[in-house]
Amino acid sequence: MSATDYAIDVTGVTKRFGAKTVVNAIDLQVRRGEIYGFLGPNGSGKTTFIRMLCGLLTPDAGSGTCLGYDLRAQQADIKRHVGYMTQRFSYYEDLSIRENLDFIARIYAVPDRAAAVQQSLERLGLQNRSHQLAGQLSGGWKQRLALAACLIHSPQLLLLDEPTAGVDPKARREFWDEIHRLAADGLTVLITTHYMDEAERCHRLAYLAYGNLLTRGTLDEVLTTAKLTTWTVTGPGLRALADLLRGRPGVEQVVAFGNTLHVSGRDVAQLDATIATVRSAQHDWRKIRAGLEDVFISLMDEAKDNFS
Amino acid sequence: MSTRRFTFHRFWAIVLKEFIQMKRDRVTFGMMVGIPLMQLIIFGFAINSDPKHLPAAIRAADQGPFARTLVAALKNSGYFTLVREAATEAEAQRLLQLGEVQFVINIPEDFSRQLLRGERPTVLIEADATDPAAVGPAVSATRALADTVFNHDLSGPLARLRAKEGPVDFRIHAHYNPENITQYNIVPGLMGVVLTMTMVVITALAITRERERGTMENLLATPVRPIEVMLGKILPYIAVGYIQVSLILLAARFIFHVPMVGNLALLYAVSFLFIAANLSVGITFSTLAQNQLQAVQMAFFFFLPSILLSGFMFPFRGMPEWAQTIGSCLPNTHFLRIARGILLKGNGLAEIAPELWPLLLFLAVAMTIGVKRYRQTLD
Repeated sequence: MSATDYAIDVTGVTKRFGAKTVVNAIDLQVRRGEIYGFLGPNGSGKTTFIRMLCGLLTPDAGSGTCLGYDLRAQQADIKRHVGYMTQRFSYYEDLSIRENLDFIARIYAVPDRAAAVQQSLERLGLQNRSHQLAGQLSGGWKQRLALAACLIHSPQLLLLDEPTAGVDPKARREFWDEIHRLAADGLTVLITTHYMDEAERCHRLAYLAYGNLLTRGTLDEVLTTAKLTTWTVTGPGLRALADLLRGRPGVEQVVAFGNTLHVSGRDVAQLDATIATVRSAQHDWRKIRAGLEDVFISLMDEAKDNFS
Repeated sequence: MSTRRFTFHRFWAIVLKEFIQMKRDRVTFGMMVGIPLMQLIIFGFAINSDPKHLPAAIRAADQGPFARTLVAALKNSGYFTLVREAATEAEAQRLLQLGEVQFVINIPEDFSRQLLRGERPTVLIEADATDPAAVGPAVSATRALADTVFNHDLSGPLARLRAKEGPVDFRIHAHYNPENITQYNIVPGLMGVVLTMTMVVITALAITRERERGTMENLLATPVRPIEVMLGKILPYIAVGYIQVSLILLAARFIFHVPMVGNLALLYAVSFLFIAANLSVGITFSTLAQNQLQAVQMAFFFFLPSILLSGFMFPFRGMPEWAQTIGSCLPNTHFLRIARGILLKGNGLAEIAPELWPLLLFLAVAMTIGVKRYRQTLD
């Protein structure tokens, strides 16, 4: 695969704020037309990394290209071809939907602006609300407006920073359908999220904690390389059982999911041995494939030991 | 515990929270100390409603001993500093028009002879009375002088000349504002003050607001350049500034009947520089301020000396040297002189030129700092 097939191709990207290293030597390759999920706990450096990709921050170390433009020298070119949706709604609340779109279209000098604005209103189903002030919109509609606005200049790369935070499930699903349509048309999307169901809708994933990239790859690759074993258990007295299991050899996580308990660990033999000592007929024990959430929490615990 | 009655612990929780927030906002805290301090210094030391040592030119056609006594007495009164000697009437007029001197003292040719004959010679004192407050005390002091100035010279047989009305007749000719109407001075000055206040505050908020609402991050992620943002934010307010100028001029003309002898087109043209200078200051503040409250406070910090040290409220020449130096750095000081000069004295481009370049210099500096401070990236 040649270099230009990557929409994002960076190595060793690092950012420090004072003594704190917020992003630590991250390598990342994202293919064109791919939906790349960026996961990690709050404060793990996701937003800082995205800001470096779109030219808002200059990396302290590392190099690479974004859409073929140099991360340090060609920030202006990057800005022209990237659509960036900030975590917090950042359009003008005292402007109407149409006025906001028109403003952004003017900034990017979009050819045939009126048609572009109209088209983007229709595409996102905003045409009936075009004269409503952005400040009066609900969370879901604000998100639609933000997406419409960062698409208006036909970018080649979309950087979405927690776009679905605070949005209802239906709107979230519609949003993801739209993202997949866009990716099918060749747009590259880098998206950060805390939702596991959304992570599973990405082509590839990366998990970031304390500024370090802990794992990456397709969903299957991430699950396989984690080498995590998970047991589920149902039955009476799960609270007591959980307390009993915590801290025992081989048990790394004990998490309650409604009426089920997930017990996970990376050392299969030790985990199985521990479970054998508490296993009884009143509980239903099953070994399952570890889910993404189990894997991520395990990664995070591990990272906490290593980096903090 | 009661939920309906006033309870101390809830009230105290609010008090503590406010103190913590106050402590966190260092700039606001600094301003709370800085602004009263500045007012204290300005009102306590800089402002003087009895201005002395006003620059005066002398045009003495008679250099005799009596004339010298008179000049010495005027000097000793403390109100006049003789800075120039004018050879001709035209030169004297020009000095007044440029504002280089506040007074021209004309001693007539046959001053000594008339004095000795008991004819009460007339000493004409021409005053630049655009600011009545600057001229008033000096004029009163001169009038008081008339009775006693020659007490020493006119002794013995000449004592009879110390007539009841005084041996000399001081005639005061107040130029530009002969009736000493304060509004003539205040209303053109108000133009500078109103523009300073609104232009600086409005733009100080402009970028801070974007930062506070989070729209700045979005703007920075687009290809828009800092200079484009700055000029784009300034232009609409230049229009607002011109509306203000026009409103004040209309009021000056039809409500306060301020004479308008100069070229209004010139005044409008110069206003552009002044408005732009204030807007640049505002933009610079808004790149420094963390929130809108800080921006407003910084604007206030700039506004106070602009109103108090510019010669708007108190005579500029009455202030001590250091206060005049600060005043000279403020665009309002120069704009006031230009506006008053054009409206009341009929000054043209040549006469206002000395006030024009400080304005230009200020604009250039403020603009440069503003653009430099506005960071294109977030780091």
